[in-house]
Amino acid sequence: MSEQEGDNLVSVRNLKVHFPVTGGVLQRTIGHVPAVNGVSFDLKRGETFSLVGESGCGKSTTALAVLRMQPVTDGQIIFNGVDVTHFNARQMRPIRRGMQMVYQDPFGSLNPRMKVADIIGEPLKVHHLAADRKVFRARIRELMDLVGLLPDMADRYPHEFSGGQRQRIGIARALALDPELIICDEPVSALDVSIQAQVVNLLMDLQARLGLTYLFIAHDLSVVRHISHRVGVMYLGQLVEVSSRDELFNSPKHPYTRALLDAVPVANPEIEARRPHKLITGEVPSVRNPPPGCPFHPRCPDAKSMCRQIKPVLQAVGTASVSCHLYDP
Amino acid sequence: MSEVIYTPPAAGPTQRSPIVAFNLRMFREKPLGAIGGVIFFVFLFCGVFADVLAPYGVNETDMFHRLESPSLDFPMGTDHLGRDVLSRILIGAQLSMIVGFLAAGLATVISIVLGIVSGYVGGKTDMLIQRFVDAWMTFPDLVLLIVVISIVGPGIPQIVIILGLLYGIAGSRIVRGAVVSVRENMYTHAAQSMGARTLYILWHHILPNVMPVVIVLFTTRVGAVILAEAGLSFLGLGIPPPTPTWGSMLSGTGRTYMYLGPWLALAPGLCLTIVVYAINVYGDALRDLLDPRMRGSR
Repeated sequence: MSEQEGDNLVSVRNLKVHFPVTGGVLQRTIGHVPAVNGVSFDLKRGETFSLVGESGCGKSTTALAVLRMQPVTDGQIIFNGVDVTHFNARQMRPIRRGMQMVYQDPFGSLNPRMKVADIIGEPLKVHHLAADRKVFRARIRELMDLVGLLPDMADRYPHEFSGGQRQRIGIARALALDPELIICDEPVSALDVSIQAQVVNLLMDLQARLGLTYLFIAHDLSVVRHISHRVGVMYLGQLVEVSSRDELFNSPKHPYTRALLDAVPVANPEIEARRPHKLITGEVPSVRNPPPGCPFHPRCPDAKSMCRQIKPVLQAVGTASVSCHLYDP
Repeated sequence: MSEVIYTPPAAGPTQRSPIVAFNLRMFREKPLGAIGGVIFFVFLFCGVFADVLAPYGVNETDMFHRLESPSLDFPMGTDHLGRDVLSRILIGAQLSMIVGFLAAGLATVISIVLGIVSGYVGGKTDMLIQRFVDAWMTFPDLVLLIVVISIVGPGIPQIVIILGLLYGIAGSRIVRGAVVSVRENMYTHAAQSMGARTLYILWHHILPNVMPVVIVLFTTRVGAVILAEAGLSFLGLGIPPPTPTWGSMLSGTGRTYMYLGPWLALAPGLCLTIVVYAINVYGDALRDLLDPRMRGSR
C-alpha cells in the first residue's frame, strides 16, 4: 500500500462498522456487532477491485460504507482525495454524482410504477441535470443504447423486461451521472448463468470505454476471476488477503483463500473425483463474539498456538498482502 | 457479445385522451368496477344537484298524503308527515356525500401523513407515534363521539373532523405497514444513494407504491363514515332534524313505521347499501387498473 495517493480513486483506512444491538423495553444499546472491523484498501482509477467472502463476512457493509449509506463507526473513507467520512447528507450530494451503485436484485431495485425512461433518468432529475425534456430523452436514448437496450422501449414498465434486461436498466441508471466509481453488489448472482456472462461482459466493456472504477462484491469466484484486477478476501469483517487476480487464483496464500478456491468444483467429473479436497470444518463464528487471535483459527487446518492469541495484521508477502502468522518473518 | 433483444410490437393508434382511454379500459377489463363507478357518479350527481332534482320541498308536509306507498306522484312514497321520501333521499344523498367524502378524505390524509412519517422515519419517532395510536385506539369510538358532540354540539364540521380523526389515526397503522415494506425495496435505497431528498423519495417512490392500500382504505372509509354518521343520527348525535340524512331516516321514521310503510326504511337502507358497495368495487377496480403490472390482465 505504498502507491501514490493520486492514483487512488477511493482509499479506505481502517474502516469499522459496528451495528448496535438493542434490547429491553427501552431499546437500549446493549452491545455491538462488528460487521466490518478494521478494513483498509485502495481502489485505483480504472481498476476492478473485488471483495469476496462468505455471506455475513461484511463485504456488502463495506461497500455501503464507501457509499456513505451506512454509518461509519471508525476509520476513514477518502474519495477523490476528499475525506468524506463525516460529510452530512447535504455535503454528500455533489459527491454522490461520482459514485453509483448497481444492485443485486434486478426486480426489487426498479420501481414498478415508473417507466424505464424515468428510472434511468432519475439521477438526472435528482441532480437537476436535465435542462428540458428533449435533452432528457436524448440522454436516455444514449444510455439505453450504451447498455444494449432498444431506446424504443423507454416508455415501458420494468415488469415487461427480463432479468438480464432489468439489470441493464440498473446499469444505465448508474451510468446516468457519468460517475467514476460504480459499486456492484453481486450484480449477476440473481441472474441465469447464461445471462451472467452477458452482463459481466457489458460491465467490462463499459469499463474499457468509460474508464470506470468498480468495487465488485461477489461470492462467485469464477465471475470474480473474469472481471477483477485485484481481489480482497474477507472473513469475519476483516480482509485476510489482498492480491492481484492472477496471484490470488494461482498461488493463494491465506489458508482461508485456499479453502475457498478448493471449494469451487471442477467441471470435469473425473478430475473432480480425484482432486484432493481440503474442506474447512466448522461454522463461521458469531461476528458478535469473534474468537481471540486470528478470526480464522478455529477452522484453520494450519493453526498454531500463536494464532489463538495474537491477531495477525496484513503484511506484504511477495506482491500480495496476507494477514496470517504462517507468513510471519 | 450476442444479444437477444425482444422487439416490442408496434403500439396501436392512441389518439384518445388518457382519461377516456382509462375509462374504456375500465369498462373492458373491470365491468363490475365500472358499473360501481357509474352508480357512484349518479349518486354524486344527485347529491350535487339535489336541490334542483327534488320534486318536492324537503320539509313540505302534506297531511292528505301520509304514509302513502310508492306511486307516480311519490316514487318512493311518503312518510308519516306526508313528506316526499324521494326528495328527502336526494337531499340526504347530498349530506351523506359531503360527510362521507370530507371525513374519509380527512381520515386518509391523516393516515398517510402519520403512516409515512412513522414508517419511513422509523426508530424512536415510529415507536412514539405507534404507542400514541395504540392509546388512541383503546378509547371506545362511541364514547369519544358522545363526549365531543355533547361539548361542541352536533353539526357537519364537528362530525367530519371527529370521524376523520377517528378513522385516520386507526388507519395510519395500515399505511405504516405498507410504507415499511416499500421502504425496504432497493429502489428506495437506490434513490437515497443517488442523493435524492427525503421528500422526493416519499413523493416518487413511497407514495405511488402505497397507493393501492390508500385507495382501498379511502373507499372502505367512505362507506364506514356514511354508516357511522347514520349511527350517530340514530343516537340523536348526528346532524339534527329536520334535516334529512339517510341515517336519521333509517333510524327515525324508517324504524318506527317499518310495518306500516316498509318503503320508509327500504329507501334509505337500499341507497346506503348500493352506494357503499358501488364505492368499494369502484375502488378495487381503480387500484387494479392503476397498477402498471396489471395492464392487459384481468
